[in-house]
Amino acid sequence: MSRNLIIGAGLTLFFTALAALSFLWTPYDIEVLDIPNRLLRPGGAHLLGTDHFGRDILSMIMMGARTSIAVALVAVGIGMGLGVPLGLWAAARHGSLLDDLIMRGNDLVFAFPSLVIAILITAVFGPSAVNAIIAIGIFNIPVFARLTRSAALPLWERDFIRAARVCGKSSTRISAEHILPNITNLMIVQGTIQFSLGILAEAALSYIGLGAQPPTASWGRMLADAQTLVSLAPHVALIPGFAILLTVLGLNLLGDGLRDWLDPRIRVVRT
Amino acid sequence: MSLLSIKDLSVQIGGTPVLQGIDLEIAAGQITAITGESGSGKSMTALAVMGLLPQGAVAQGQIVLDGTDILQTPEAALCRMRGNAMGMVFQEPMTTLNPVQTIGAQVAETILIHEKVAKTEARARASAMLERVGLQVGPHRYPHELSGGQRQRVVIAMAIAMRPKLLIADEPTTALDVTTQARILELLQGLVDEFGMGLLLITHDLAVVADVADQIAVMQHGRIVETGATADLLRNMRHPYTKALFAASTHAVQLPEAQVDEPLLQVQNVVRDYPVKRVSLFGPRPLFRALDDVSFTVGRGERIGLVGESGCGKSTLTRAILGLEQVQGGSISLDGAPVLQGGKADLALRRKMQVVFQDPYGSFNPRHRVDRLITEPFFLLDNPPKGAARDQAIAKALTDVGLPAEAAGKYIHEFSGGQRQRLAIARALIVEPDLIIFDEAVSALDVSVRAQVLDLIADLCRKRPLAYLFISHDLSVVRSITDRVMVMQAGKIVEQGETEAVFANPQHPYTKSLIAAAPKLPELAHAADAL
Amino acid sequence: MIRYALGRFASLVISLIVASIVIFAVVEVIPGDPAAFMLGVNARPDTIAALRAEMGLDQSLIARYLAWVGGMLQGDFGMSWTYKTPVADLIGDRVWVSLPLAIYALILSTIVAFPAGIYAASRRGSAGDTAIMGATQLGVAIPNFWFAMILVLIFAINLRWFSAGGFPGWGNPLAAIKALTLPAVALALPQAAILARVMRSSLLDMLGEDFIRTARAKGLTRRQALWRHALRNALIPVLTIIGLQFSFLLAGGIIIEQVFFLPGLGRLIFQSISARDLIVVESVVMLLVFTVIMVNFIVDLTYAAVDPRLRVRA
Repeated sequence: MSRNLIIGAGLTLFFTALAALSFLWTPYDIEVLDIPNRLLRPGGAHLLGTDHFGRDILSMIMMGARTSIAVALVAVGIGMGLGVPLGLWAAARHGSLLDDLIMRGNDLVFAFPSLVIAILITAVFGPSAVNAIIAIGIFNIPVFARLTRSAALPLWERDFIRAARVCGKSSTRISAEHILPNITNLMIVQGTIQFSLGILAEAALSYIGLGAQPPTASWGRMLADAQTLVSLAPHVALIPGFAILLTVLGLNLLGDGLRDWLDPRIRVVRT
Repeated sequence: MSLLSIKDLSVQIGGTPVLQGIDLEIAAGQITAITGESGSGKSMTALAVMGLLPQGAVAQGQIVLDGTDILQTPEAALCRMRGNAMGMVFQEPMTTLNPVQTIGAQVAETILIHEKVAKTEARARASAMLERVGLQVGPHRYPHELSGGQRQRVVIAMAIAMRPKLLIADEPTTALDVTTQARILELLQGLVDEFGMGLLLITHDLAVVADVADQIAVMQHGRIVETGATADLLRNMRHPYTKALFAASTHAVQLPEAQVDEPLLQVQNVVRDYPVKRVSLFGPRPLFRALDDVSFTVGRGERIGLVGESGCGKSTLTRAILGLEQVQGGSISLDGAPVLQGGKADLALRRKMQVVFQDPYGSFNPRHRVDRLITEPFFLLDNPPKGAARDQAIAKALTDVGLPAEAAGKYIHEFSGGQRQRLAIARALIVEPDLIIFDEAVSALDVSVRAQVLDLIADLCRKRPLAYLFISHDLSVVRSITDRVMVMQAGKIVEQGETEAVFANPQHPYTKSLIAAAPKLPELAHAADAL
Repeated sequence: MIRYALGRFASLVISLIVASIVIFAVVEVIPGDPAAFMLGVNARPDTIAALRAEMGLDQSLIARYLAWVGGMLQGDFGMSWTYKTPVADLIGDRVWVSLPLAIYALILSTIVAFPAGIYAASRRGSAGDTAIMGATQLGVAIPNFWFAMILVLIFAINLRWFSAGGFPGWGNPLAAIKALTLPAVALALPQAAILARVMRSSLLDMLGEDFIRTARAKGLTRRQALWRHALRNALIPVLTIIGLQFSFLLAGGIIIEQVFFLPGLGRLIFQSISARDLIVVESVVMLLVFTVIMVNFIVDLTYAAVDPRLRVRA
């Protein structure tokens, strides 16, 4: 096991544990305002200090971890759940009109970055965490579809697939029995990368107010609130940023480590 | 005095010895061949001479080219020697050229690197060199517009542009068709004569060696086991490995008498068209006729061969027979029923036919164990054996092809290439099909392994009557393993008949040219008793 | 070459048509009555009727779609309900902040990423490679708007080298470029990290190819083989990423504009969202998507320039 894998898994586990713990316990209730104790420096009764409403930053980081991880995880689920079957389907019917349609559809979705999708959805339905999930999830679909197709196509040229076809197996069955197990590693690694990109995207969307709405805590919103206080109380702006940075870094290291461990030839796409 | 003199060369990679105690002399104007099976160290020897050993390789000994010891020469000086004093031609013409540069520019680069000349002059000399190697197309073409043989000519032009004293050719014709191979070998021989170069030819093909080499070195496990002038060595082989190698190359299997029964596979007037790139923006896509009015019959119990060069339609025909692709005309039927009906193959018919593919590495899903791999055709059965019956069937299939029954629990990466082809045959036989298609099934194997697999096929024929279609580009293999042979060219079957009759007395000009182009080993009566 | 370009152009047109239909459907069909939606629940019926008339909602969907597209083709993006000015004018002012910002960031990102990626690939496994790869690992993980805040904290608030935000206009080009520098750096850094990684791995792939061995056998040094043969082949995947990044820079710019209070498309779009001015949202989104599709078209043409295999001989 590489150093990357250990550090990455450690960081990921740490933030996941924080998020899980927040369901049971947080040091303070983040819905209670405590104006007299606002903008406290880290240390003392508040380990990471307090924000401009006197809320405990550690508690908010814990609640924010929950939002970030949930949004990014569901978005990866949407991307994989729809993208992988689409990619398998396109590869199985390579060269057909269907393949063409799926790939053109993918290209088109790439012209709508998640932020643009979020803007469209927000304009019509208003902002929410669900909005963020959909916006990030839709954008994940073509990522997985393309990757699945490009990994599956060379497999379809391999003799073991021809042997399976000679045995009368349908392309759906071959996709499930032979193609899917051979691209699982790639999907795990890419899934980790999309997870980390999802955390970044969620933070960006909630920073500009298109993501989770108060009172739900989110790291992006914490940064938006802290922006005007940056010279007054830098820790309010620094801590949520480091939380994002470390979570994303952890997931990226985990992805690289998994790749080296599972199959060093895997090429992920990162945009 | 010799041009290149290798003395006691040893190479280690990561502590593992890959070459040990290599001694070899190469004279100017002579062709020296290094031969041996894969992994014997042939290519590593060539790379050591070029000073291009992989990173982490440690070399000891001497490689003296024209008075300079390569192993003692610093990298900068080596760069001045490569392409100048010594040139190299590689095996895979499809990937050895830079896809984004014209061929003329790539040849001219060799000159520009080593000489202070104007670009126009280098270009002119490159064009002349491309003409000298017999390339019919202009220097402004890109590699992807050329055939394999043409690309190999470009690579040769690049290697000899500075008229090096030593040319190294590493399996230069292995990826080429037999007629192209003959022309490239001719070209190399002509260049050796004209320029007085020394040629170090690396090839696994003993027939090529016997045809063109002045001197032979036989390698095994990183050592040269025997070396000598070609005629002497062929007449008087001393080392058992050399004897075994030549015996395997000329190995003829003993097929039992065929008991041909009623027709099993009937192919009638089959036509297969592929759409190709449009020539005009709006017109219909032009069609390429891959199979043109192909008709033949394979009788029950008959062993039939199909030979032809790459692109002749062999693979298309295989796919059509297997019912993997629709045809545009004619009919293919197995045991009286069409292999494809309304675009679908019926399972009952499919179980009468199985296939063994070429690539022992790509034929199996690396994620499954052997028991699951070889029982895949059970999918075709209505009541596939389960439990103990299944285990028994697996054990029988494995022992039939000469593998232990315990192999069932292993993954495919634990097997060698030859063992994998045995597994592929086990998979094909497990549903006891009437017809097996061997699609270049022994082409990727080393000669000794190939001889064993061919013997296995003959053995299986002895145990039960077996009909097969044996597809190969290698005439010598087809000759001993089939009763009848068909020759294919540009989508048509141009000749078919009894194998011996066709080989002894070919009728069609194409068949004649194929047989003439194939390099032949001289008769080596006493070599056969080594096996 | 011409056929390839025509083919790409045809797919560009199709993409634009489909994209415009999608945007139109989301903005004007899903909300039911866009006029009532824009004015909110407390609007008076006669105001709604007035807006309906102005938006042409009494016409059929197809007629409205064609009118919208036809207008855009002539540079008419409709009239903003909240600003009471043509959307084209609103966009015209702001696009000259957003577009230069994205281009500036793209240039910065490329200038940093190419040398870093090439250096790391050519000295694989060295201390320099490890350092560059470590830095890119951080660069990929930093949220750009947070990085922007840190840049403001350091260079604007503490060092006072730059102003913390605002835009003086293009009247003084130097001042304008200076005002866009911190935002461009914030945008470019994460993209540069990604680009450097792609450049490195693409180059390493190419260095393992057979034609590099051929080049070495000709007498080229390792460095010459890298510059003359590996680099141009490695550019093909790199170009893909650059094309994709432009759309990220354009969209990312919308967020960074918030940090630096820049009067770009980002601010326009957020004001329009909160004012429920669907006409502006629709047009700005279409403009963004149009730009992304155009850039991808240009990237496709560049492929053909780099890779002769895409050029079809006439």
